[in-house]
Amino acid sequence: MMTEGMFDNYFLPGIWITIQVTLYSAVLAAVVAFTVGTLRTSRLWIVRFLAGTYFEIFRGMSSLVLMFWLVFSLPLLLEWRLVPMFAGVLALGLTYGAYGSEVVRGALAAVPEGQREAGVALSFTRWQRLRRIEIPQALPEMIPPFNNLLIELLKGTALVSVITVADMTYAGNLVRLGSNESAPIYTLLLVLYFALAFTLTRGMRVIERKANANVGRPQQRRGLLAKLSLRESANEGSGALTTGGAAK
Amino acid sequence: MNWDWEIVNDFMPSFWDGVLVTLQALVLGSLIAFGLGLVWAMAQRAPFAWVRWPVTALTEFVRNTPLLVQLFFLYYVVPEWGPSMSALTTGIIGLGLHYSTYTAEVYRAGIDGVPVGQWEAATALSLPRVRTWVAVILPQAIRRVVPALGNYVIAMLKDSPMIAVIGAMEMLGEAENFSNTTFTTEAYTIVGIAFLVIAYPASLLIRVLERRLALTS
Repeated sequence: MMTEGMFDNYFLPGIWITIQVTLYSAVLAAVVAFTVGTLRTSRLWIVRFLAGTYFEIFRGMSSLVLMFWLVFSLPLLLEWRLVPMFAGVLALGLTYGAYGSEVVRGALAAVPEGQREAGVALSFTRWQRLRRIEIPQALPEMIPPFNNLLIELLKGTALVSVITVADMTYAGNLVRLGSNESAPIYTLLLVLYFALAFTLTRGMRVIERKANANVGRPQQRRGLLAKLSLRESANEGSGALTTGGAAK
Repeated sequence: MNWDWEIVNDFMPSFWDGVLVTLQALVLGSLIAFGLGLVWAMAQRAPFAWVRWPVTALTEFVRNTPLLVQLFFLYYVVPEWGPSMSALTTGIIGLGLHYSTYTAEVYRAGIDGVPVGQWEAATALSLPRVRTWVAVILPQAIRRVVPALGNYVIAMLKDSPMIAVIGAMEMLGEAENFSNTTFTTEAYTIVGIAFLVIAYPASLLIRVLERRLALTS
């Protein structure tokens, strides 16, 4: 009886918290990825250097250590405190944003030079070129690696349970303590994460088709550079759910 | 700003203990990941569907679920019907198993990259299956994926703090223990910097390795 109450009161809301954390940090990561990724193609060396430094720092950082640092160390250094959920979203968004910036940079670099020159010839501003020419063409290249990162991010959200955000992993631990039985709840947790990952991949497939159709490419045609930078991950075309590349 | 170098000094002995445990987990975890990943990759090319299918399903499942929950599973569920292991052993097995599903993809790409002619030549010379793999295919496949494997070692380094959650005393575990007993927070900053200090040169090394191997092949 008691565990049933726990299941309804903690586990079901926990699923919703996991989805929320995934959503918020994905939005933050996307903003960071596009900002830092485009800054890394800037003409000014100082801008490229600063954006590159951001990338190197957050790529080398463990998101769990970053979360601990934001929750425990930062309040004492700066004398203000973060809500745990905000700290978790911030840590995940900043790290996965750094991985994503590499994807954005690579995809922008793979847009044919002539497209950029055409933009210059039509006297587009830098911003207009990015928005009207480069990003729409680079977008289809970005989506498969973004999908991989999104799955990594979803898996990363389990970490927020360690800094006391009541997501589904946290609730799962509570249920284990309450019921003294660990097998059912952890199996259920693993299956739920897999189901979420599966749904996200399906959704990203739809977006990929849209993005391709948007630039008049009905069939998937991937640039040579994007393929190289991805190496072993999803672009083999066969794997239903191939992820990876967080290391890159 | 509250920063006390005395505390940093006090933390150093347990910090170095933590570094050793982290490196130990990383080396052993990598060995498991490299070995098991190769097994998965070869099983996925097996001539029998009843081998390919379950292996693909298992690796997809492990790769798409969080390492943290897998660690809980290994630490709390497996001892109910299997051996009970220490937190560190569980952590090493968890890291190795999780990353083996990534290295399997790396090997698969490497094996797919070996020209078909090599397989045909091995068949034409009527080499047995084992020799085809060991003497012809794997040496060519593994060579070209070494940098990609290295990237996953760095990724594993960044995921290694998760084993502190089940109680292994690696860097983050030591920092947490120290901070909780002394009511200070400097230790987390030190560990954060330590990750950067280890990960950045390692990624530079892999870039060099990438260029080297690309030049000679």
